[in-house]
Amino acid sequence: MQAPAIQLSGSYHIDGTCLFAPIDMTLPAGEWTCVLGRSGVGKSTILRLIAGVRCAGDFQGAITASDRRPLEGRVSVMAQSDLLLPWLSVLENTVLGARLRGEVPDLRRAANLLERVGLARHADKRPDSLSGGMRQRAALARTLMEDRPVVLLDEPFSALDAGTRADMQDLAAGLLKDRTVLLVTHDPAEAVRLGHQIIVLTADAAQPWTPPSLPPIRDQYAPDTVACQAQLLAHLRRAR
Amino acid sequence: MTGLRYAFAAAGFTLLLWQGIVWITGVPPFILPSPVRVGQAAYANRMLIAENAWVTACEVGLALIIGTVLGALTAIRLAASPRLHRLLTPMLIFTQAVPVFALAPILTLWFGYGIASKVVMAVLIIYFPVTSAFYDGLTRVPVGILDMARTMGGTEWQIMRRIKIPHALPSLGTGLKLAAVYAPIGAVIGEWVGASKGLGYLMLLANGRAKTDLMFASLFTLAIMTLLLHIAVTKVSDRLSRY
Repeated sequence: MQAPAIQLSGSYHIDGTCLFAPIDMTLPAGEWTCVLGRSGVGKSTILRLIAGVRCAGDFQGAITASDRRPLEGRVSVMAQSDLLLPWLSVLENTVLGARLRGEVPDLRRAANLLERVGLARHADKRPDSLSGGMRQRAALARTLMEDRPVVLLDEPFSALDAGTRADMQDLAAGLLKDRTVLLVTHDPAEAVRLGHQIIVLTADAAQPWTPPSLPPIRDQYAPDTVACQAQLLAHLRRAR
Repeated sequence: MTGLRYAFAAAGFTLLLWQGIVWITGVPPFILPSPVRVGQAAYANRMLIAENAWVTACEVGLALIIGTVLGALTAIRLAASPRLHRLLTPMLIFTQAVPVFALAPILTLWFGYGIASKVVMAVLIIYFPVTSAFYDGLTRVPVGILDMARTMGGTEWQIMRRIKIPHALPSLGTGLKLAAVYAPIGAVIGEWVGASKGLGYLMLLANGRAKTDLMFASLFTLAIMTLLLHIAVTKVSDRLSRY
């Protein structure tokens, strides 16, 4: 599985109102790009455009992959809400994609993935019997089960407590290694910790923000990580 | 159990009140028979009541099955095609504007005095609530789940089968609960218009012969049947909504 780079350029309008002006952004192949910006600036819209799902507005521009192949069928999405189906077990939720495509699911691989996310003992449980962190781990297993080279994460850890969030960041960074990842987040600390590339989205531009020199996943207590977080937060506050 | 205890207490109180009114007012039995007299009539005519109750139960049961299947299939078809939904919804609402009871004589003319006209009548009454409730459930799946399913490459039929239908089962349960209450009404109206069997027929017959106690006995049998049906359907509905 070769993860492609993704190039997005264009503008987006809803009912004639510009959400973001012509912007250019590239998601480097096999790396994490973290996008920050104030609420309503269009971060999730960019994610939805790349995912190819319906959007309310009108996008004028192009989204292309570096290998010139269409993105359809090569993208998987993980959202803030775990989107687990409450009537299915964790294992059945993990193989939902295969079931929806009318394929025979690889239950052994699903069980293996659940073990990797630490849910092996909970495979037969319903989502409502799991904690928030466990549910997000189940959602991560479902995302990994799709085995897509491009993974789009829409604030997937924002509803978790600080400790669980850090654990999930470690887990996701390890399991999504070498995939092209777009992480939409409101948390500068998360972006600085995980991003190979950081982009601050405003209504006018997608501005790159230089991350610390060490590669992710970064030590959140390292002086340059802390300094970068502080500068990024100050920049976000100015950009409002 | 507390609920059951309250129900029995309320029923006991009502019977006592009823018996008291009969004693105090001395109203003749052909106007208002006492509960004791109704009980005696129910026991004396138990075979007659049971035979007619069985006919009504068959009509209601068949109507529930047919109406639920037809309503569910219609809801699935409408949910799968927004264009068809826009086209058919005004017609469905129009059919509800026609008082179904007014159709009873025509249905008897078309389907005869047997069980068929009553089943059709009850089906017509329960079809819309079942369709409407199930359709609501099918179309209220969170957008995020549907987007995820489409990103996964899910086919429309598999999304319907594995996401929309399971998600809408509690709504179907709500429709079924309404249907369980309406179906006996439809069957009895059909029997009033023209029948040779059934509790509605027996009530008319008893009324015509001033056997008010038998009429009340038939009425209570119908009420108990409806109550039992409602309890059974509620259990099914709770099972559907368990997740």
